[in-house]
Amino acid sequence: MASITLNHLVKKYGDGFPAVNDISIDIADGEFIILVGPSGCGKSTLLRMIVGLEDITDGELLIDGERVNDKAPRDRNLAMVFQNYALYPHLTVYENIAFPLRLAKGKHSEEQVTKLVTEAAATLELTDHLQRKPANLSGGQRQRVAMGRAIVRQADAFLFDEPLSNLDAKLRGQMRSEISQMQRRLGVTSVYVTHDQTEAMTLGDRVAVLKKGELQQIASPRELYEQPVNLFVAGFIGSPSMNFLPATIEDGKLKTVLGDLDIPADKAAKAEGRKVVLVGVRPEFFEDAKLVEESKRPHGSVFSATLTHTEWLGNEQYGYINFNPDPEVRELLNNLARDMDADELRPQIVVTLDAASRIRGGREADIWLDTRKLHLFDPESGENLTRDAEAGAALTEEASQERAEEIATAQEADRANGHGTSAAHGNGADDNSQNGGGKHAAAS
Amino acid sequence: MKNSSRREKIWWAVISVLVLVYALFPVASILATSFKSPSDLTNGSFLPSPGAATTSNYEQILVGDAQDLFLSSLRNSIGISLIATAIAVVLATLCAYAIARLDFPGKKLVLTTALAVSIFPVISIVTPLFNLWRNIGLYDTWLGLIIPYLSLTLPISIWTLAAFFRQIPWELEQAAQVDGATTWQAFRKAIVPLAAPGVFTTAIIAFFIAWNDFVYGISLTSTEAARPVPAALAFFTGASQFESPTGAISAAAIIVTIPIVLLVLLFQRQIVSGLTSGAVKG
Repeated sequence: MASITLNHLVKKYGDGFPAVNDISIDIADGEFIILVGPSGCGKSTLLRMIVGLEDITDGELLIDGERVNDKAPRDRNLAMVFQNYALYPHLTVYENIAFPLRLAKGKHSEEQVTKLVTEAAATLELTDHLQRKPANLSGGQRQRVAMGRAIVRQADAFLFDEPLSNLDAKLRGQMRSEISQMQRRLGVTSVYVTHDQTEAMTLGDRVAVLKKGELQQIASPRELYEQPVNLFVAGFIGSPSMNFLPATIEDGKLKTVLGDLDIPADKAAKAEGRKVVLVGVRPEFFEDAKLVEESKRPHGSVFSATLTHTEWLGNEQYGYINFNPDPEVRELLNNLARDMDADELRPQIVVTLDAASRIRGGREADIWLDTRKLHLFDPESGENLTRDAEAGAALTEEASQERAEEIATAQEADRANGHGTSAAHGNGADDNSQNGGGKHAAAS
Repeated sequence: MKNSSRREKIWWAVISVLVLVYALFPVASILATSFKSPSDLTNGSFLPSPGAATTSNYEQILVGDAQDLFLSSLRNSIGISLIATAIAVVLATLCAYAIARLDFPGKKLVLTTALAVSIFPVISIVTPLFNLWRNIGLYDTWLGLIIPYLSLTLPISIWTLAAFFRQIPWELEQAAQVDGATTWQAFRKAIVPLAAPGVFTTAIIAFFIAWNDFVYGISLTSTEAARPVPAALAFFTGASQFESPTGAISAAAIIVTIPIVLLVLLFQRQIVSGLTSGAVKG
């Protein structure tokens, strides 16, 4: 267990290109941090800098307050799960898991190794496969062996490099929840790299969004979703992603391609003096005007539009509205799409409608928009003009309290079950935790 | 469909038989000759005359007149080839690993130099080497042959092994380092076991090259102290000057072939392809 501090980390390659540029993150003990971003944003490089596989060009990396910039990977006491698992094909599952223990010569007797490995295998349901070779295992099992190798030793933190990207969708969901529960039970600091935003949103206590080597925002998933700091974060987080509409402000009203929208005065005030803004609207801010409750209706504004088509999904439906922006705005949206690794962004608005809505493509219909939640962005800098930093911070603070509670509950439940995962509970020095582990096993 | 595939099979069988006959006929011929007595050598048939098959040639080189000449050269050949192979494989493994993994200035130079050395005609350096070896006292010693053999075996070993190391995923080694291994431990425990098939293949190739050499063997030796078998064969003599030593040479050739065949049979098991499958996503 340890905290990790990234202090203005910079990674420059030989050609002077900064793959990671001045990133500072404080990772608290027991926290689950996600690094997310489009490919080439430097997230994997950053992870490899933490574990020591990449040199740090500039800045400081502290683990538990101790500077580790120049330490070899083996001296940092971190465990890493690689994207392709990196299992040793010539060793059995048992020996693969025991590998880190065997390297720490003299620290573990043969019985201890057996005990720790069987415990880890039991946690990961690998007991039946201990004598098999990795080549004969399925993808999910290999993934578990890689995790076993990480949890068997008392590592200070776990680092995951896109661990689920090689699994099929169903297994990915299952492993995702296993990783999440395991992290809570062990209460171990974790850093997890992914480009999949479902993983980012569901696993992370805090999510760091990176773009071209620079940290855009680090916050709880909810803060990222509700109070994004700029256009990039707003567009990257959420699926279907946020709609961006060019608009001008006149007399406290937004003039958009959808028509004139009344917006709350405080939001209009923040965009004061700007000719053009980009309005960020999440699809679920829209609703079929006929289905909006009377009490909610005044919080938004109604406009009429013609949907090109709708997609009914059972619990909700998506409607699509095409619009034709100025060449300048179109260019802006395309740049944004390129930043996010997406294809050309079509000038299209996605609206989420209630599943009961009878609005269909081709006919003009009334649509209600909740104007309380929309955000206004500066088209040039991408800055979110209506971000409420205080509300955001409150959301992240909430998440951090939840984390503490979850870890406590999970460990409580674990103790109650007498679960043998004490192997990785190590609190303090190795010797102590081993004794602790021994007592644990004896008690159970 | 079925017809054409059967026809294909027949063609492949015919071609295989032709290749086998082409490759093995000389060996069979030598084997047959090695059992002919000196007077029977010119009988004009492939096999020894009926009832005249003899093991006298083998007796001659193993326990008879040619014993000294043959056994000592056999010992030289085995010793020199094994040592040259071992050194070449160890050096080539380290060198190839560095070439495959590290980016250092002069990497290209090492590879091109190795290639240049291996295509350099042996015959053109053997005369200067002969003079040099006589001056510094390496002439007619084991070391005097091991060094030139290294120049033959190292380049090809480096090239084969470098190609092999490039196939091994680097993550394995990084995983080992994160797991607590030093660079050397990561190399020894994660990489070497995986590279073993490649190392064995390389070792066999290197051994063959050293074992089969003739030019260095005959030029840089003068006595039984270091003369290897291929060179020693040229010194065989018949029982009298009117008898040719063909039978004895054939017998010696057969004996010299045996270690090679054994090696291939033994190491064939090690050369298991697909050992790395499962290391990464399969």
